[in-house]
Amino acid sequence: MATAETKKTKYDRQLRIWGEQGQSALENANICLLNCGPTGSEALKNLVLGGIGSITVVDGSKVEIHDLGNNFLLDEDSLGKSKAKCVCSFLQELNDAVKAKFVEEVPDNLIEKSPSFFSEFTLVIATQLTETSIVKLDKICREANIMLVVARSYGLTGMVRISMKEHTVIESKPDHFLDDLRLHNPWPELVEFAKTSDLSMVDPVMHKHTPYIVVLINLAEKWAKGHGGCLPSSRQEKKDFKDLIKAHMLNIDEENYKEALEASFKVSVPRGISSELSQIINDSAIEVDSRSSDFWVLVAALKEFIENDGNGEPPLEGSIPDMTSSTESYVILQKIYQAKAESDCLVMERRVKSILKRIGRDPDAISRAYIKNFCKNARKLAICRYRNIEDEFSSPCIPELQKCLNDEDYSYAVGFYILLRAVDRFAANHNRFPGIFDGGLNEEISRLKPIAIGILSELGLNGPTLSEDLITEMCRFGASELHAVAAFIGGVASQEAIKLVTKQFVPLKGTFMFNGIDQKSQVLIL
Amino acid sequence: MEGLSSDPRRWRDVDKLLSRPGNIVGQDFEPSPTLREDIGDVVRVLVVGAGGLGCELLKDLALSGFKNIDVIDMDTIEVSNLNRQFLFRFYFGILDSEIEKMELLVLREYQNSLFAWLGTDKKRDLIVLSASMLRDEHRFCIVLPPYQHIHQHFTIYIYLLISGVRIHDVGKSKAEVAAERVMKRINGVNITPHFCRIEDKDLSFYNDFNIIVLGLDSIEARSYINSIACGFLEYDEDDRPLLETIKPIVDGGTEGFKGHARVILPGRTPCFECNIWLFPPQVKFPLCTLAETPRTAAHCIEYAHLIKWGEVHHGKSFDADDPEHMQWVYLEALKRAELFGITGVTFSLTQGVVKNIIPAIASTNAIVSAACALEALKIVSGCSKTLSNYLTYNGLDGTHIKVTDFVRDIDCLVCGPGTLLELDTSTTLSQFIGLLGEHPKLLVSKASVTYRGKNLYMQSPPILEEMTRSNLQIPIFHLMDKVPKDTLHISGISEKNDKKASCLRKLRVVFKGVADEALKMDTTESS
Repeated sequence: MATAETKKTKYDRQLRIWGEQGQSALENANICLLNCGPTGSEALKNLVLGGIGSITVVDGSKVEIHDLGNNFLLDEDSLGKSKAKCVCSFLQELNDAVKAKFVEEVPDNLIEKSPSFFSEFTLVIATQLTETSIVKLDKICREANIMLVVARSYGLTGMVRISMKEHTVIESKPDHFLDDLRLHNPWPELVEFAKTSDLSMVDPVMHKHTPYIVVLINLAEKWAKGHGGCLPSSRQEKKDFKDLIKAHMLNIDEENYKEALEASFKVSVPRGISSELSQIINDSAIEVDSRSSDFWVLVAALKEFIENDGNGEPPLEGSIPDMTSSTESYVILQKIYQAKAESDCLVMERRVKSILKRIGRDPDAISRAYIKNFCKNARKLAICRYRNIEDEFSSPCIPELQKCLNDEDYSYAVGFYILLRAVDRFAANHNRFPGIFDGGLNEEISRLKPIAIGILSELGLNGPTLSEDLITEMCRFGASELHAVAAFIGGVASQEAIKLVTKQFVPLKGTFMFNGIDQKSQVLIL
Repeated sequence: MEGLSSDPRRWRDVDKLLSRPGNIVGQDFEPSPTLREDIGDVVRVLVVGAGGLGCELLKDLALSGFKNIDVIDMDTIEVSNLNRQFLFRFYFGILDSEIEKMELLVLREYQNSLFAWLGTDKKRDLIVLSASMLRDEHRFCIVLPPYQHIHQHFTIYIYLLISGVRIHDVGKSKAEVAAERVMKRINGVNITPHFCRIEDKDLSFYNDFNIIVLGLDSIEARSYINSIACGFLEYDEDDRPLLETIKPIVDGGTEGFKGHARVILPGRTPCFECNIWLFPPQVKFPLCTLAETPRTAAHCIEYAHLIKWGEVHHGKSFDADDPEHMQWVYLEALKRAELFGITGVTFSLTQGVVKNIIPAIASTNAIVSAACALEALKIVSGCSKTLSNYLTYNGLDGTHIKVTDFVRDIDCLVCGPGTLLELDTSTTLSQFIGLLGEHPKLLVSKASVTYRGKNLYMQSPPILEEMTRSNLQIPIFHLMDKVPKDTLHISGISEKNDKKASCLRKLRVVFKGVADEALKMDTTESS
């Protein structure tokens, strides 16, 4: 076994993304893969490299010669052996920290006959299944609260879809998010500190080392005094406010004033919470009871905080970006923000305890670290709810579908969405996919076309039709699993699995449709 | 086993795409049951980089029908590569009965037990060849005794395993190990590794490839390969690119959950330099902030790294790969942070800041490489449309893919028809090299000059410099066989925003007087 130090080095590049918390979530996860063709094998390979806890590979087939042409995890020694076994042993070789096992069984049979098989898993990655099995598996997983990632490669197309009742994210880690400086709504301690700086001071060294937070708070107050207590809001006012900032510069090279000009809009940020957060705190799930998840208990407390303690604002995040400043002023500012964040967190903690008590749970059931992390991310919470797959198939969101069918950028992606369903019906009728044999392709096209049009008209979409060329492509693909496409789809499936397991970042919301023709892949939320 | 690799049933899936006609395909697509074999036999592909993307690319290309692949990478394998560079191992192939020599990575806590074991009589025939210190491990090279039976090797293996010893790849050439591993698994594919810098190869090396696929993490390296590929591009009199001189590049890149894949057809789609603004330069901290007003942990680290190191270690340069150097910087940064009341300095952050570490994970690399390999297959076969021309992937919030059709910069120094230079027939090569440093569009110093593959003057290596030095005083008109106009290639150091980088440039040289007619044509067309 590797020492802790070696492990840290080995996972260094990913620990910088999801931290030790995320890593330990991965190490505690138990993943089941259904079918280990190239799509499934590649998905699992990425997870095994990242140090996922346990894997179970389920596949009922033996390795045939064509498997060697698209699956890197199989080699010539594997021919005739259990595919699940061979893939499993290669995966084990990739990372000996992972507990790997295999089950030589056809996934459809397990879904049909032993739904309880799935209950031990954190997450199931189901690859290359057809509609009927996916719908059944979705029901099994929802029932048992298991996360499901469906992935499929088919010629130059493919798809990935997540299914579960609800996924809540505290650490959504968005790329660009406005920092929480409260320049529009500063609290007394912050104002008090800002006032210790006199912007008309003449010492040029001190002047150019006054952090822009201090500059903006002072000038915003000055502005408000001259404007009946209001902050700049119209375009002209914002421009005038910038002129006010410029008027305080000693020379045009003062970096802190340049930063103040760039950040001047932060003074005009509307008070209160975003519409996304408002939606979350008004979700029906905040009527918490003893069965509610910790996340919703926290959201219930957050709502109380915003309404009673926060003056309409969520708990302060507590961190500030780097800015031109003397070390001393910057460190003091940091401490002022941290202190406010800590006191907000304490208030939240009290509210959490009283809610827990009210719903009959141990008041200390939720750790302080969890509450702190929640407060730090309160403005960035995310909730993903997924329709069950059967509902999407029987009644997809028609306006959305219609919109995509009429949008040139979406036409291949949505066409493939319909056609993937069409080939499954074709397979149900003919016991094989269209175009799997060479020759007779034109007949296959004329068999597939009415099925695809049938699906559209069942949904009441009589207007738009599918491009004939795309139907031809689908028959040309002949259910092939190209390695490059499988690696792409498997890559997306593993990426989503990581987000679900670590509960960090925001997972895919609809059906990701891969378009290998011109790479204009799309997400359809149906 | 040769039979199996050429058995067409093996390639059933990819053959469907290559042998069947379709209506959404490239212009030059000629589907045929032998297309894959033809591509395999004829096409030579170069993979630049054998890291996170490179490992994936080699696998993806080899399983897409490419058979002649070269891979170039100057790096050796590190422990921190193993979370994504799946061709590299901690232990591999130990049970091979032919193995005589093995490298072992011994965790520090197991060293004593290994030494004790090596010291016993029975095991004395195991010879330690070399040992070197890593951060937390010792590396040994051990020669196995010539045992007759594999089970005896197996005994050793088991012992080593329970002693915490691993056969490992750390320290070996990425290109060599990656090539070996892929060839071992995919019979019939030929991968030639090049364990060297991309600058070590000459133009003819690059010209031998039909397509170049990049799995790099540096802007400079991308820029270099781009300029080489664009250097092969030729234009006709009407400034139209000659199709047969186009050397396609497929470029991938990742950072955390984000990545890009792009197709560069020099002369037809934007080259790397045309959209260089897509890669903004890294922001550096002002030295006065580091020295006088540090505010963040990173400021303290950079102070220790850039200022304090030099003050204390006179003349000894800092080596980011030396764990002792890194530890020193970390401790100095910690001291400085304490002095100023700054929090957050950790060893991990120190490494991140000093080495400018870009986070990397297996899944993003897999996604981007797969997109690149698919485009490479489409470019050489025409089996579908090609990406036009820049794909970005973002997995931070959902799964977002965006394709942007960027436009070329017609005046691009690298992929454009070239910078026009008017010269007197009397201009010597030495004067010409001087001109390159002053020309506002070029600003290339220390230039080496090549004409139609012939070195007119080379700055290095010394032996070539000596051989070409005599050309310096000869008029360049004579060196170019007195043609009225032609294209020259120069390589040298370009200075942009105070940053020096090696570069290659293309010049269209026209001689005054001799080329009056040709010059007239040129200027009227370009206006």
